[in-house]
Amino acid sequence: MTAATAAPPAVDTQSMTGSQVVLKALVEQGVEVIFGYPGGAVLPIYDAIFQQDKLRHILVRHEQAAVHAAEGYARSTGKVGCVLVTSGPGATNTVTGLTDALMDSVPIVCLTGQVPTHMIGNDAFQEADTVGITRPCTKHNYLVKDPEDLARSVHEAFHVARSGRPGPVVVDLPKDILMKPAPYQGKDAARRRTYQPARDPDPRRIEEAVELMTRAERPIFYVGGGVINAGPRACELLAELVRETGYPITLTLMGLGAYPASDKQFVGMLGMHGTYEANMAMHGADVMINIGARFDDRVTGRLDGFSPGSRKIHVDIDPSSINKNVAVDVPVIGDAEPTLEALLAAWRRRSNSLALGRTAAWWEQIADWQARKSLRFRQGTDSIKPQYAIQRLHQLTRDRDVYITTEVGQHQMWAAQHFPFDKPFHWMTSGGLGTMGYGFPAAMGVQVAHPEALVIDIAGESSWLMNMQEMSTCMQYRLPVKSFILNNSYMGMVRQWQDFFHGNRHAESYMDSLPDFVKLAEAFGAVGLRAEKPSEVDDLIKEMIKVKQPVIADIVVDRTENVYPMIPGGAAHNEIKLSPEDDGAHEAISEKGMVLV
Amino acid sequence: MPAKESKPSTPQALFSDAERTPEERHTIVVLVDNEPGVLARVIGLFSGRGYNIESLTVAEIDADKSQSRINIVTTGTPLVIEQIRNLLAKLVPVHSVLDLTVEGPHIERELALVKVVGGRENLVQALRIADFMHARLVDSTPESFVFEVTGTSGEVDAFIHLVEPIEVSRAGVVAIGRGESILRPRER
Repeated sequence: MTAATAAPPAVDTQSMTGSQVVLKALVEQGVEVIFGYPGGAVLPIYDAIFQQDKLRHILVRHEQAAVHAAEGYARSTGKVGCVLVTSGPGATNTVTGLTDALMDSVPIVCLTGQVPTHMIGNDAFQEADTVGITRPCTKHNYLVKDPEDLARSVHEAFHVARSGRPGPVVVDLPKDILMKPAPYQGKDAARRRTYQPARDPDPRRIEEAVELMTRAERPIFYVGGGVINAGPRACELLAELVRETGYPITLTLMGLGAYPASDKQFVGMLGMHGTYEANMAMHGADVMINIGARFDDRVTGRLDGFSPGSRKIHVDIDPSSINKNVAVDVPVIGDAEPTLEALLAAWRRRSNSLALGRTAAWWEQIADWQARKSLRFRQGTDSIKPQYAIQRLHQLTRDRDVYITTEVGQHQMWAAQHFPFDKPFHWMTSGGLGTMGYGFPAAMGVQVAHPEALVIDIAGESSWLMNMQEMSTCMQYRLPVKSFILNNSYMGMVRQWQDFFHGNRHAESYMDSLPDFVKLAEAFGAVGLRAEKPSEVDDLIKEMIKVKQPVIADIVVDRTENVYPMIPGGAAHNEIKLSPEDDGAHEAISEKGMVLV
Repeated sequence: MPAKESKPSTPQALFSDAERTPEERHTIVVLVDNEPGVLARVIGLFSGRGYNIESLTVAEIDADKSQSRINIVTTGTPLVIEQIRNLLAKLVPVHSVLDLTVEGPHIERELALVKVVGGRENLVQALRIADFMHARLVDSTPESFVFEVTGTSGEVDAFIHLVEPIEVSRAGVVAIGRGESILRPRER
C-alpha cells in the first residue's frame, strides 16, 4: 500500500515533511541508532532515513526483537532506546517488548506507523488501534493527528520516557501526517504543565531515615534497579554509603552490578532463588534500607512473613511503588542520586556518635549463614552442570569488557547466582515480565552500542528459539553476539515446578526435535560450537571468545539439575530450601501457594 | 459512566491483610488536560488493577485551557486508595488529584431523572413525594411523570425507593470542597 512517491523534498526547515520533522527531532534528542522494520504506513520515514546519514537504522527480523534490542541498547548505555515499526501487525508485535520495558523501567520511544487519519476507524488494511492496545503497556502514548503537534509529541515522548521512573512511550504516526508539511520546534519549545516528577527527596524524610540507620543493630541494604537507572554517579554514592556504614547489602535481580559483587559486604542476590544469607538477613533485620526496589513478589515471598521485625525505609522515584505491597515506616520519594547524596551527607554529620561494633553480632550471624554455602553444586566428570559452565564463562572472560544478557528460566537464575558483576550497566535480563526470547535480541542491541565489547546471551534452548531469527540480523550487521545456550532439552524452570508441585508430571515441558545448533549456526553463516563433557567447556569458551563472528554455543547440560536455593511460592524467607535433600522441599508449598505463579 | 468493577483478586490479597482491612468509600477529584484518551487512561487504571468505580463523572470545566474535571467515587482498603491516588497523579495529562474524603469537608451532589408510570392515583402519590423531597416535575403525560431530583446519593436513593419508578437515569456524583480551598492546576 505505497502511495505515489512525491519528489524528494528539500531539506529546508521552512518546508519539511512530517517524516523529516520526526527524524530531526530524533537527532536533536541524541538518537544515533534506531531498531526497526519497514511497512506501508512508515514508508515516508524510511524514505527520509534513506536520504540522511545522521541516524543508523538496524533492520531486525521481527518487531518484538526491535524493542528488546532497544532495551539492551538502553540498559547498557543509560540512553533512550528507539524503535520504528509499521502499523497493524508491526505495532502489535511490539506489545511484548513494550510491556517488558514498562515492568523493568527501561526508557524506550517506539514510533509506530498508522493508516492515514481519514481512514482511522474504517478497519483499513493493517489498521490497529495502537494507542488503545498499548495504553496499558506504556508509560504514555500519543496519536498525532495534526502536523502542528508532531515535533512537540516526539520531544515530549523522550522527556516522558527518560524522566521520573523511566518507561516505554509510543508515538503513533498516521501516514498522511508523515507526508504533509509540518513545522519544526526544538525540544525546549513547549513543556506541558502536567507531569513533573519529583527528583529531590524531602529533607525531613532523610533525617528520619538516617536516624533509623544509625541505631540499627541488624541493618540490611536492599537495593534494586532504580539505582542503576539513576546513573553511574548514584551507584558510586551507594558504594560510599554502604562502605561508610559497614552494613551488609543485598541486590535484586535487576540491581545486580549496582554494588560490586566481589565486595565483602555484598551478601548476594535475594528472593526466590537468592542466597541463604541474603534472605535470612532480610528476614532477621531490624532496619531495612530499600533503595530503588519495589518489594516484588519474587523478592518478598509470603507478605505476612516478610521481614517481620524490621523498620523499613523505602527510597523510590515512583510514589505508587511505596506502600503498594509492603507498608513502610519511612517513605522517601526521589531520584536515587540526590537521595543517596542527601543520605550520605546526613550520615556523615552524625557519624561521630556512632558506637563501633554495634553490628558485630549481626555480621557473625551472617557469617554463619554464609557458611551454609547455599550456591554450592557438585560437578562430576560425566555431564556438565549448568552452574559450572557459567562459572567457567566468568573465569575465562573476567579480563574483558563483558556484557551479559539472559533469557528467562533456570539459566537466568544460575547466571544471576554464578556470574558476579562489579559494575552496573553490564547485566541485562527480563525481570518483571519474565520474557522468554528477550536475551538474544537484547544482546544484539548491546553489541550495537558497544561494538568492541564481548556480548554474551546466557540462554536456555527453549527461550533462545523464540527470537532465533535475529541470527540473520547479527550476520547482516556483523554483530558478533555469543549465544551461550545451556541446553537441557527442557523448559527447565517449568520442569522444576512440575517436579516440585505437580508430582513429576512433565506436561509439555520436554522439547523434542530440537535443531542441531551447530548446523543451525552454519546455516546462518555463523559459527556453531558444542560441548558435551565438563572437560570440553573451557575449550569451547576460549574458541567462542576468539571467533570474531556470531557464535551459537550448544552446552549440553545435566537435564535433571534444579535451581537452589528456592523459596517456594507462598513461603517466607526463612522457609528457604537449600537442596533436594532439604526436609520437605517438595511438600513445602501450601494450597494457597499453589495458585501463585 | 458508572462502571462497577469486580473485587480485587490480586495474588497478594491472598496473603496480606487486605481481606481483613475494611474498605472505605472515597471521593476523588482529578483535573486533567482534555485530550483524546484521557478518560480511557483513568478508567484503564481502575479496570487493569481490579479497583472499584462506584461512580464516575467527567466534563470540561475550562474551555480556554481545555481542562476537564473527573469525579470518582471508589471503595478500597486504605492502601488501595493510596495506590489509586498515586497512580492517578502519575498519568501524564493529570494536573492534580485531590481525595476530598481525606482533605476534609466537602459537598457531594447527584442528579437523577426518574420516570414514574401508572394510573392517576400512583401519579398523585408520586407528586406528593416529589413535593416533600424537593424533586421537580420536568415532563408529564396523562400516564407518566419525569422528575428531576438533586441531592446526596442517599437522598436520591431514598426518592427512587419511594416513588417506585419504571426508569431511572443517574448522573453520578459531583463534588467540591467547602470553604475557600480551591483545586488548582499545578503552575509551571
